[in-house]
Amino acid sequence: MKTQKAVINLAHIKKEYKTIDVVTPVLKGITLKIAEGDFYAITGPSGSGKSTLMNIIGLLDTPTSGTYEINEKQTSGLSEDSLAKLRSEEIGFVFQQFNLLPRLSTLENVMLPGMYAGMETGKRETKAKELLVRLGLENIMGNRPNQLSGGEQQRVAIARALMNGPKIILADEPTGNLDTKSGEEVMKIFKELNRQGKTIILITHEIDIAKTANKIIKIRDGEIVK
Amino acid sequence: MNLREIIQISFRSLVANKLRTILTTLGIVIGVFAVILLVSIGSGLQAYITSEISSLGSNLIFVIPGRVGGARTPGGVVSNKLLLSDSRLLQQRLKNSADIGAVVQQLAALKYKNKTDKGVSILGATANYPQVVKTDIVKGIFFSLGQERSGEKVAIAGQTIVTNLFNGTNPIGQKISVAGEKYTIIGTLAKKGALFGIDQDNTIIIPITAAQRQFGITNVNTIYVSAKKSTLVATVKNDVSKILLKRLTEDDFTLETQESTLSTINNITNILSIALGGIAAISLLVGGIGIMNIMLVSVTERTKEIGLRKAIGAKRSDILRQFLLESVILSLTGGSLGIALGVGASLILSNFFVSQVTPWSIFIAFGFSVLVGVVFGMAPAIRASRLSPIEALRYE
Repeated sequence: MKTQKAVINLAHIKKEYKTIDVVTPVLKGITLKIAEGDFYAITGPSGSGKSTLMNIIGLLDTPTSGTYEINEKQTSGLSEDSLAKLRSEEIGFVFQQFNLLPRLSTLENVMLPGMYAGMETGKRETKAKELLVRLGLENIMGNRPNQLSGGEQQRVAIARALMNGPKIILADEPTGNLDTKSGEEVMKIFKELNRQGKTIILITHEIDIAKTANKIIKIRDGEIVK
Repeated sequence: MNLREIIQISFRSLVANKLRTILTTLGIVIGVFAVILLVSIGSGLQAYITSEISSLGSNLIFVIPGRVGGARTPGGVVSNKLLLSDSRLLQQRLKNSADIGAVVQQLAALKYKNKTDKGVSILGATANYPQVVKTDIVKGIFFSLGQERSGEKVAIAGQTIVTNLFNGTNPIGQKISVAGEKYTIIGTLAKKGALFGIDQDNTIIIPITAAQRQFGITNVNTIYVSAKKSTLVATVKNDVSKILLKRLTEDDFTLETQESTLSTINNITNILSIALGGIAAISLLVGGIGIMNIMLVSVTERTKEIGLRKAIGAKRSDILRQFLLESVILSLTGGSLGIALGVGASLILSNFFVSQVTPWSIFIAFGFSVLVGVVFGMAPAIRASRLSPIEALRYE
């Protein structure tokens, strides 16, 4: 395999939670390079530290020590606002709970990241519609999330993740709240997105789902075991 | 993201909780309504008193005998050294005055046929009295300078006299007995109403010389000096003082202007307005606490929404503005409604009570309600903006 640019470059990442007298290490020095176009699954039992790792990769949390470069940009020491900007440009999030805003329509939910990235309203709408068509959701643009099935909601969430054209899609148990059939459909979308060049990072504890990915990383007690 | 979009977001979440929004707004509506209404009543009172006093003429300077707070005779009575000649002297010497009049005042009984009216204010005045003290004659005429000088026994009657002694019929040409001497009524005065509970219409005006002769007095009670313009009042006051000091001492007279009387009364009514407005402002404060309360609830309720917005790129300032705008929209809507209701109620009230809507109270109420929104919305908005996205997303 030819050497590709690393979009995710974690080096000796440690994360500790401190209470007054106890230090609980959650990540014990993770080093991980993910190249552009890769499809990784991160698995591990609950409490293994995979959620913390995902939060750090997703720039929602900062490591206690170690360095993290995303798309060759150094992230340590950045302000909260700079992290917010990087998040909106580089990463698309897909959550287990879908996390669509209940008062907004499908179209508006998809448009939302564009607003925070400063995209013009007109351009935002065109882009969001285009994504909804691509995911076969053009008939439910005006619907509210509570009128949609779980599978539809997760597809809307994927469309939202793609809104700002990020290189990386970070999916946290994306099939956890879906039936098998909808789950398979969602995974098919991820495969297709990966084929189109997106880097996909999937966090899951289901082995079947993890097998969809090209590479599987197992985490146990804050360390990569495989 | 631009302001219009943030306003849209804020507006939608307010509309989503209609009842809550309406009740929270109501707190501000009542507060602003109370401020506007009570301040209107305060300034209505002030305007009423001011107009009553100004109706005497705003360019007037009064020369009254004795010094306020100054020397008095052993009996405690001010010895009156003002003479009609002082008034004539002022007439000759003053440059910036339009008119100078003088009056003597006595209480006496009036008799017409078999009717008696006791305790009537008998005003001996100079012929220019109507011009100096802004008095309207509704029927007949005022006496002339010739009649004043000769002390002719003519009288101008106030409306209370017309009602009491003549049963409202035309009194002109009738002879009336003033403390025993007959006077012919040649005119009637326009109704003035009561000021501070004193009936200003229970009066009769006769030539000053006639009054002095009849009552055996040589001095005058008040000399009125009317300045040509209200801006000249201070200059004229100074000149009057200089001229009078040639013959009299500082203890012999006091100069009063409308301005000095008005400023005293304005001080009192201003304090009243502020006190009324202040009491009303407390309810506005309570309304503000209501906003803060509901915004805190709203932030907690929408923790997950805040987490998601942050995860997909919202900056702290975006979240802060969103929540701050919500509370400002609440307070502004409440403020506007309160202003509309307060102004409406003041206008209705002004039909049967003193009430005057003042622009400054509207500005203050408006500004204050925006301030309430910002101040009481700030804490919840800061709390929202500081939520950690991980914890907010995990929140159930």
